[in-house]
Amino acid sequence: MVTLARATYDAIVAHAKRDHPDEACGVVAGPAGSDRPERFVPMVNAAGSPTFYEFDSTELLALYREMDARDEEPVVIYHSHTATEAYPSRTDIALAQEPHAHYVLVSTREHGNNEGPVEFRSYRIVDGVVTEEEVVIRDDLPAPNDRRSTP
Amino acid sequence: MAIEVRVPTILRTYTGGEKSVSAEGGTLAALIDDLESNHPGIRERLVDGADLRRFVNVYINDEDVRFIGGLGAALADGDQVVVLPAVAGG
Repeated sequence: MVTLARATYDAIVAHAKRDHPDEACGVVAGPAGSDRPERFVPMVNAAGSPTFYEFDSTELLALYREMDARDEEPVVIYHSHTATEAYPSRTDIALAQEPHAHYVLVSTREHGNNEGPVEFRSYRIVDGVVTEEEVVIRDDLPAPNDRRSTP
Repeated sequence: MAIEVRVPTILRTYTGGEKSVSAEGGTLAALIDDLESNHPGIRERLVDGADLRRFVNVYINDEDVRFIGGLGAALADGDQVVVLPAVAGG
């Protein structure tokens, strides 16, 4: 199960809608070992593609250095699918390399950049095995510390 | 000559859980050989044939090694090497 503040959920969905038809990606960092996704960090999709995402390598290093300094880890790694369902693709499964992360998938295929519901699902991906988990959205959690230095 | 190597979570099974290990080598290739001798199996996770794996990023003093010679990139005493898996998918 992954538990997100309403504002974090909204921020992920807004990012996915904004970048549609390209895939959007980012992390929600949290204190190491806490399993609490608290700090929303949208990333640039260096691939700039409707079918692929990749964090820019320089920004990836900066992100991990920052998390290290704050004793955080990537509790959630999110990305969007813009033409297919919110389920990990074969590429997603092959490239998942954070065994402790919740991999959140958002599908914008239905409404694109417009208002309207999205598919929002979460998975563990460990050693090629995908396990879907419940997503709990809570209104009583504080809004994320939004570092929106990247669009 | 000692070079600090920062190891990502997914590779810590090879380092007994250590986040950081010390290794030696005048080039990245030599450093990885030295890592392999102390942490068998790690080389395979970093290198594919004659190149670094596409979805593993290696940095020397914050520079992505792809821009400074790849496996041939030079190393000196006191350098810091960071290994990070790419965050990528489809």
